[in-house]
Amino acid sequence: MKRINAGDSDPDFIEELDSSSFTGGFRGCYTCGTCTAGCPVHRARKDYDPLRIMRMLVLGLREEILRGDMIWLCSDCYTCQENCPMEVKITDIINHLKNLATRERNIPLGVATQEKLLKDQGKIYLIDDFDNKKRAKVGLPALPPMVEEAKELLKKR
Amino acid sequence: MRYGLFLGCTIPARSRNYELSARAIASRLDLEFIDVEGFSCCGFPLEASDEMGAILLGARNLCLAEERGLDICALCSACASMLTKTAYRLDSDQSLREHVNKELSKIGKEYKGTIKVKHFARIVLEDIGLERVREKIKCDLKGLKVATHYGCHYLKPSYIYEGFDDPQDPLTLERILEAAGITNIQYRRKKDCCGGPVLLSDEEVALTIAQEKLTYVKEAGADCMNLVCPFCSLMFDANQRGIETQFGSEFAIPVLYLPQIVGLAMGLSRKELGLNLNAVSTKELESALEAEALREDRGGQ
Repeated sequence: MKRINAGDSDPDFIEELDSSSFTGGFRGCYTCGTCTAGCPVHRARKDYDPLRIMRMLVLGLREEILRGDMIWLCSDCYTCQENCPMEVKITDIINHLKNLATRERNIPLGVATQEKLLKDQGKIYLIDDFDNKKRAKVGLPALPPMVEEAKELLKKR
Repeated sequence: MRYGLFLGCTIPARSRNYELSARAIASRLDLEFIDVEGFSCCGFPLEASDEMGAILLGARNLCLAEERGLDICALCSACASMLTKTAYRLDSDQSLREHVNKELSKIGKEYKGTIKVKHFARIVLEDIGLERVREKIKCDLKGLKVATHYGCHYLKPSYIYEGFDDPQDPLTLERILEAAGITNIQYRRKKDCCGGPVLLSDEEVALTIAQEKLTYVKEAGADCMNLVCPFCSLMFDANQRGIETQFGSEFAIPVLYLPQIVGLAMGLSRKELGLNLNAVSTKELESALEAEALREDRGGQ
C-alpha cells in the first residue's frame, strides 16, 4: 500500500469542486464501496476504481487524479451515481475531472480527435455527397455537410 | 403530433436503419417529424474535454427548436441525455443561463426554456400511447424472444428525466414490445453499459464489457437484442463479428433497433425498416417469423 503524503493534498482543489452545485457533496462519501461493486469497467479491469477516485478527491490529491489515466476509463454509464446511498454525483464529478485533466493536457488521443472534429465542422461525421446519395437512395432527406454557425459559436468564446 | 427530429452525428451517417425504421413507424403512429435545418452535434462528445462548449452546442440546438415552436425527439440516447441535461442545467442555474445566453447572443440566439426534449421511445409511451401501438399490430410475433438492452443515457442520470422510468428496474422499452405482442426475456447484467464510451481509452475493456453482455443474452436463449442507441448498436451489432474473433466465441445474435422490431410486428417490409443495413444478418430471424406465421395460418384453417 502506498503512503499518502499530507503535503500532496490541495485544499483549494477540494473547496473548488465542493462549492459547485454540480460537483459538490462528495465529502458525504462513507467509503461503502457500492460504486465500485456495480462498476462494469471495474469488472473488466480491476485497477479502475471509482471509490478510489472519490477518496483521492476527498484527500485533495489533485495531481495524482489529473495526471493519471484512471478517470479516462470511466464509461459514463452512471451506475455508480445512481447506486450511491449518499447521492454523490460520482459520474458528473468524474466528467468534470476529465475537463480539468484536459486543461493539463492529459487527454486520450481519441477524445482530442473528436473535439477537433467538432470544432472544425460542428458534427463528428461530415455528411458529404456520397452520404447524401446513399440517403436519397433509401428515401431519406439530404443533410448539410457541416454546421457553420455551431463552429462560429465555439470559436467566438 | 409534431416533433423536431434530432438525428445527431452518428445516425444519419452510420445508422440509417434506425432513422428509416423510426420514420416508418412514426408515420403509422401519426407522429410527424419535422427536419429542422441547422441542428449540429448535440454536444455529448465534447462533454469530457470542454463542458461549456458542450452546453453551448446543446443550447444552440434547443434555441433552433424553440424558434420553430417544436419539442425535440431524439433517437440517440446520448443526444437525448445531453440535450435534456443542458435544458435541466439552464433551467436550474440562473448564472449559467446568463453566461450561456451572453455567448449565444454573439450568433443572435437566446435560450428561453420553452420546449421539451424526449427520446423517441418516451414519446411512443407518453404521447402516442400503447393503445395506439396495439391497434397497428398486424403480425403475431409472440414467438420472438427479445432481450432488451436499455443502455445508460436513455435512463440516466435519472435526476434529469422526471422519473419516466426507473434505472434500477427499467420497464418502458419492454412495455412497448409487450404492446406489440412480442415476448420479453430476461438475462443477467441486463442493466449494464455496452462499453462503447471506453473504446476511446481502452478498446480491450470496451469489447470485454460487450462480450460479457452478448454471452448472457445468448445464454438466455434470445432470438435477438432490442436497443435504442446507435453507440450500443455499434458495440453489439457492428463489432459483434470482431468480438467473436477476438474472444473465440460464437454469437450470431441479430441486434435490432426498437422501431425495427415494432415495425416487423406492424407488417412493414425489410426495406422500409432498413433490416438489410444491419451488420449481423436478420434474414434467418425473418424467415423463422414467416414460417411461424404460415404454420399458424394453416393451424387456424
